[in-house]
Amino acid sequence: MSEALNLVLNPEIDASQAGPHFMLGDHACAEGALYAGCRFFAGYPITPATEIAEYLSERLPELGGQFIQMEDEIASMAAVLGASVAGAKSMTATSGPGFSLMVENLGLGYMMEVPTVVVNVQRGGPSTGLPTLVGQQDMMQARFGSHGDTTMIALAPQSPQEAFELTVHAFSIAERLRTPVLVMMDEVVGHMHERVIIPPPGQIPVFQRRRPDVPRAEYLPYRPGSDLVPPMALAGDGFAVRFTGLTHDESGKAVTTYDAQQLLVPRLREKILRNREAYERTELYRTEDASTLVVAYGITARAARRAVDLAREHGHPVGLFRLATVWPFPEERLRSLHDVRKIVVAEINLGQVVLEVERIAGGYAQVTHVGSAGGRVPSAEAIAEACESAAQRSP
Amino acid sequence: MTAGGVTSTDQSAGPTGGVVACELHPYDHLLRYEQLPHIWCPGCGIGTALGALLHGFEHASVPPEKRVIVSGIGCSSRVVYYARTDAYHTTHGRAIPFATGLKLANPDLKVVVFAGDGDLFAIGGNHFIHAARRNIDLLVVCINNFNYGMTGGQGGPTTPEGALSTTTPFGNAERPFNLPSLAAVVGATYVARWTTLDVRRLQATFTEVLTRHGFRFVEVLAPCPVSFGKTNKIGSGAEEMEYYQALEVLKSRVESTTPVGTDIILHQPIVVGKFVDYERETFRDRYAHLVAKAKE
Repeated sequence: MSEALNLVLNPEIDASQAGPHFMLGDHACAEGALYAGCRFFAGYPITPATEIAEYLSERLPELGGQFIQMEDEIASMAAVLGASVAGAKSMTATSGPGFSLMVENLGLGYMMEVPTVVVNVQRGGPSTGLPTLVGQQDMMQARFGSHGDTTMIALAPQSPQEAFELTVHAFSIAERLRTPVLVMMDEVVGHMHERVIIPPPGQIPVFQRRRPDVPRAEYLPYRPGSDLVPPMALAGDGFAVRFTGLTHDESGKAVTTYDAQQLLVPRLREKILRNREAYERTELYRTEDASTLVVAYGITARAARRAVDLAREHGHPVGLFRLATVWPFPEERLRSLHDVRKIVVAEINLGQVVLEVERIAGGYAQVTHVGSAGGRVPSAEAIAEACESAAQRSP
Repeated sequence: MTAGGVTSTDQSAGPTGGVVACELHPYDHLLRYEQLPHIWCPGCGIGTALGALLHGFEHASVPPEKRVIVSGIGCSSRVVYYARTDAYHTTHGRAIPFATGLKLANPDLKVVVFAGDGDLFAIGGNHFIHAARRNIDLLVVCINNFNYGMTGGQGGPTTPEGALSTTTPFGNAERPFNLPSLAAVVGATYVARWTTLDVRRLQATFTEVLTRHGFRFVEVLAPCPVSFGKTNKIGSGAEEMEYYQALEVLKSRVESTTPVGTDIILHQPIVVGKFVDYERETFRDRYAHLVAKAKE
C-alpha cells in the first residue's frame, strides 16, 4: 500500500494560481473548485464540459487530490457522493445528456444530505441536440429533474470570472446546507476565454461542513440544528452512521410512513428556503427608475445588459435584474422593485424561468419572453426591441 | 469485545410493548439491536451471510470504526440497517460507484459492498465490470437468490434457464450470468462462491478476503423460499438447504481450477469454493505511483 491520500476538508492551501489569467470558462470553474478545497472529481467526457475534467485530471494530483473518469454519469454522480461522505469536497461536471443520467443520484444526495457540486455546461437539446452550441434548456430539469419533491439550489455564472467565483460559493453553500448545489453554466461561458483574476487564498470565504459536537452515543446523523442543517459525521469518524435515500428518522433508521415523511421532506425544503442569505445572489443594473425590467442569467444576461443601454438610448426606462442564483428564485428581491410594470425574461429556451417570473409578478406586471430553441445567444437588439415594445404596450 | 452473558432489556420489543429480557449473543454488539426485528422472511439466507461477514470483520481484526458497508436497493441491501458500521443505503445498482468514491477519498477504510444479484448484475452490471477492471479496493458480496425478492419474485440476470418467476411464467428463456466466471474475467483478484449452508466456509472466506486487497468478489447462494423456492418447487428455506447439500460440489473435486464449469442449472451440481486469489496493484496505488513518477 502506498501512503494513504488524505482528501480532508481543509486541504493544503494552493496559492500557485493567484493573480490574473486569460482563461477558459471551464478551466475557471475548475480553478474555483480547487480554491474551495475540492480534492475529488469524478466525471465522464461530454461536450462542452470535458475541459473541466481534462484540466482537473492534471491539477488535482498536483494538490494531492484524486481524479477518476467513471464509466458513465450515473457512476460519476454516485462517486462524488461517496467521496463526500468520506470527507472530500467533491465535484462532477457534465452537460444535458449526462445531467439526465445524474438526476437520480442527485436526489439521493439531496435526501441523504450530502454536500457536493454538480456543474452542467448547458448545450442545446433535447436529446443529443446541439453538442457544441449554447442552450439554457436544463433550468427546469435542474429544479425538478429528480423525482419527488426536491428544492435545488442552482447558480448561473455569466463569465469565466464568475464561473470561478460561483463555483467557490457553490462549495460553501453545499457544505453549509449539507446539500448538492448546481452550477448551471452554458456553452458560451464554458468555452470563452476571458480575463480571470484568482484572488489569494482566503480572500473569498470558504465554508466547511459542521461536524458533530456531541458524544458519539448521542449523535444522530439527521438531527438538525436551529438552521435545520444536521451536523455531519464522516465515514471512519467512529459514529457508525446510517445514511439512506429511504424516508428515515433522525437516527437514519428507515421509517416509511406518512408521519416520518411529513417530518423529513418539508424540513429538507425549509432548510433551503430558510437560509436564503447563504446562496441568494442577484445584480441590479439601472433599475432605479425602471418600469420595464429584463430578467436574465448566464451568458444571456450580458446581452441583456447591452439591451438595457440600447433601450435607454431610445428613451425607455429599462433595467436589468440578473440572477446569479436562479433556484430557488429570489422572489422577494424581484417583488421589491415596486415600480416595475413590464418584465421581459430573456433565456435560451422556449420558456422556463419565465414561468416562475409569471407566477411571482404576473399579478402586477406584464411578463413576456425572449428566447429560442438554442444554438445562439439572443442579440442585445432583439432583447432591446422586446423591452421597447413591452414598454409601449398599454398596461 | 465479547458481550456474552450480558442481559439486556429491550422495552420496544414484543407486540405488547412489554419488557423482554434476553441473553445477548456474542456478536450482538455488531448489530443495531434496536432496529430488530429485521424485514427478512423466514428461511431467507441473507442474515446468515451478514453474520458470516460480521464474523469476518472480527476475525480479520478490522477496527470497528474502519468498517463501512455500502448497499443498493433490495432485500440484501437492507443489511446496512442492522450492521453497526458506517452504512450507506444508496440507489438501485449504484453501490459500487458510491463505494468507489468513498474508498478513494479515505483509503484507510475497509469498504464492503453488500447487495443482491439484480442490483449488482442487472441495473448495476456496468459498474461491477469497470470497478473490477480498475481494481478498486473493494469487497463485493452478492447475495444470489436467483430472483428479485423485494418486489415479489421477478426473473433477473441470475435466474436459471427454465426457472419460473412472476415475469417468466412459462420458464426463463434467458441464459443467466455465471458470476464467478464473470468476476474472474473482468479482473477480480479474489473470487469465491458458497451457499448459506456453508456457514463455516463463509466465515473463513470473509476472514481471509478482508485481509486481501483489490477488487474481491464473494457470491453467496441464498434461499428465497417465499418467492424463488416456492415458485420452483424447491420448498422451504430448510428444503433449499437440503437442495444445496445434495448438489454442492467443492471446487477441489472438479477438474478445472478456473471458474469454468460454474454455471448454475436447476437440479444440476452447484460448484462452490474459492476460484481466484492473487494480488495486483490497485487503482489507487497505481495512480499514486504514476503521479509520484511524474513529479520526480
